Amino acid sequence: MQANSALEPHGGVETFNYRVVRQFSIMTVVWGIVGMLVGVIIAAQMAWPELNFGPYFHFGRLRPLHTNAVIFAFGGCALFATSYYVVQRTCGVRLISDKLAAFTFWGWQLVIVAAAITLPLGYTSGKEYAELEWPIDILITVVWLSYAYVFFGTIARRTQKHIYVANWFYGAFILAVALLHVVNSMAIPAGAWKSYSAYAGAVDAMVQWWYGHNAVGFFLTAAFLGMMYYFVPKQAGRPVYSYRLSVVHFWALVFTYMWAGPHHLHYTALPDWTQSVGMAFSIILLAPSWGGMINGIMTLSGAWHKLRTDPILKFMITALSFYGMSTFEGPMMSIKTVNALSHYTDWTIGHVHSGALGWVAMISIGSIYYLIPRLFGREKMYSTKLIDVHFMMATIGVVLYIAAMWMAGITQGQMWRQTNMDGTLTHAFIDSVKATYPYYYVRVLGGALYLGGMFLMAYNMARTIMQGKAFDAPVPAVSQHAHA
Amino acid sequence: MSDFFSEFWGYWVAGIVVLSLVWLTYLLISQSVVKLPKGQQADVTGHKWDGDLEEYNNPLPMWWMGLFYLTIIFAVVYLALYPGLGAYQGSKGWTAVGQYEQESAAKDKDVKPLYDKYLKVDVATLAKDPAAQKSGQSLFLTYCMQCHGSDARGAKGFPNLTDADWLYGGKPEQILETLNAGRAGQMPAFGVAFGEEKVKDVANYVQKLASKKYDAVRAARGQATYQQVCVACHQADGKGSQLIGAPNLTDTVWLYGGSERAITETITNGRKNRMPAWKEALGEGKVHLLAAYVYGLSDKPEAGTKP
Repeated sequence: MQANSALEPHGGVETFNYRVVRQFSIMTVVWGIVGMLVGVIIAAQMAWPELNFGPYFHFGRLRPLHTNAVIFAFGGCALFATSYYVVQRTCGVRLISDKLAAFTFWGWQLVIVAAAITLPLGYTSGKEYAELEWPIDILITVVWLSYAYVFFGTIARRTQKHIYVANWFYGAFILAVALLHVVNSMAIPAGAWKSYSAYAGAVDAMVQWWYGHNAVGFFLTAAFLGMMYYFVPKQAGRPVYSYRLSVVHFWALVFTYMWAGPHHLHYTALPDWTQSVGMAFSIILLAPSWGGMINGIMTLSGAWHKLRTDPILKFMITALSFYGMSTFEGPMMSIKTVNALSHYTDWTIGHVHSGALGWVAMISIGSIYYLIPRLFGREKMYSTKLIDVHFMMATIGVVLYIAAMWMAGITQGQMWRQTNMDGTLTHAFIDSVKATYPYYYVRVLGGALYLGGMFLMAYNMARTIMQGKAFDAPVPAVSQHAHA
Repeated sequence: MSDFFSEFWGYWVAGIVVLSLVWLTYLLISQSVVKLPKGQQADVTGHKWDGDLEEYNNPLPMWWMGLFYLTIIFAVVYLALYPGLGAYQGSKGWTAVGQYEQESAAKDKDVKPLYDKYLKVDVATLAKDPAAQKSGQSLFLTYCMQCHGSDARGAKGFPNLTDADWLYGGKPEQILETLNAGRAGQMPAFGVAFGEEKVKDVANYVQKLASKKYDAVRAARGQATYQQVCVACHQADGKGSQLIGAPNLTDTVWLYGGSERAITETITNGRKNRMPAWKEALGEGKVHLLAAYVYGLSDKPEAGTKP
């Protein structure tokens, strides 16, 4: 990968830093396969418990490996790749520091590898989506602050007066994640790989779910909306539907998300007032969330015919549809009476995956398909047909997955709350496990289909890269872009 | 009971919540005035990025604003009815604990006669009554299976209730005592007092007591220690004592495993165990029926002869 120096001498024309975008893009696909493979394995362990081997290959240790790999390795690399690309293209300047950008790439890969080693070994802080122990937490903080410097430093150098909407979302994501990570990871080390949370009891739970829900809100929602705001109008060749809507829903979204955490702790030791406030703001969150969906889908109006021939656009629009669906489902599940049925069941797992597979992964996949040819000097991907097949596999996979988990979750919820005349439970817990098996098999099938699609993507990407060679686009002259 | 250290924090929370709702409402109202004349297309803002990225300036969709207003109205009504605005308890005076107590008291009142009717029948007789056993099993699957398993065969650290081996005795009154008052099992840790070698010696003697493979030299040394220390609870013959819940070491039942490694671990670090007391939580009637169910599980001829 000596592309930079090879392409630089366009008579000394400055180019964008595509190198780091290429690196993160390729690793997005690699970690996507790894993370989803672990997902299929643990889904299989639920369906066939005999597949739990020894302590290192046990569901309890592989599950956090799966969540960390798909959220932070796959999703994280996709966000680094696209945010670095988008911020350069829309600011009209090269990244402020190539060295620091390279550091964020290698540092982030180191975090991922450290996670992949320590989690199966059993080193965990026990906080969901924040399991990594304190030495890795410190590394994450250093990488993240470097990321913030590169991103905001590049924005500061922009030749455009206005900051494009995608960058607001990426910026909010970077700031919020820094805050969430640092506050929630506060701990007292008790050895190299062991620490105790700085908070206790219900406060610890509240801090954890303030973090947990905003990891969803800022990492998995705001940041991917940033991705959407660049790649959807680009791929559709249409202006964004409403600037006004983007301003209103941006501020409403980033403001309201911060309140919603307590809905993860309904009917627990958390004080009643905290639960109520969390629920009220979770419901308010519906409209701000849908603002992004409306803006994305309406951007396509007038270009619907493109959906027939362009599978990349199909990925993006389907992603927006799943986004709309899961951001409706979320506020609904935060209502206490609904939550009383859904909490602790597989419905939650289904909800998360309609967001994760349907929204996050599909918008990333679409964006990476958009990026790869441009990063390697090609007109388009090696095979459009294969993208179409990938799209079909992914869509069928996610539908099978979430439909199975909805049915499993509602079945479990109903069985758990059913009582006999004498006040005892009608079903023992094990009965609900037995009743769930058919859905677990379907989940394995859906997950395997989705994973299969990722292999197609890897193949398609490899062929595209082999046909082309690393390409760094020149930074356009300032005069063209400056706006009075 | 207040959730706040001082009144100030209640007002603080209420103030922030109200201000937030006001701010969101203001944000919406400020945008409501913008409307597009009928038949007119929205224009682009005039900003352009990356060659061709532009934005229309369409007004906010009316249905979307309506939805937003509705959710804010819902929040206002909800926070007026239910606790949320700091220390304000809401007009309904609802609490989660209150709802739980009310619902469970109502249910308890309903079902109490169902269980109390069995109180007149003694445990051993009840154990032979199919209807009582069925009801007892429902209770067991509700309250006991979490530890003892749905088949009552237990797991590591949780006693098997279907065999004839009892830590605290299997007579009806002993089972009742266990259920009502709970039990606290305690094996002290001897790792520091004995040292590694001595622990191994004693472990080998325990293996010998259990008629397992053992190292004769070690077992002989271990016997001396056993007779000095362990004998106090497990007795000279190793058969233990149900009075204090000291397990019989000569049979094949091992709560924490009977391998040399598991026994060494038990002697080194000790064990602590607890069976909760159920009298308060379940009431006499349910405990009585559960005792009959558990008694019935092991009071079978084949249970005693199982290896």
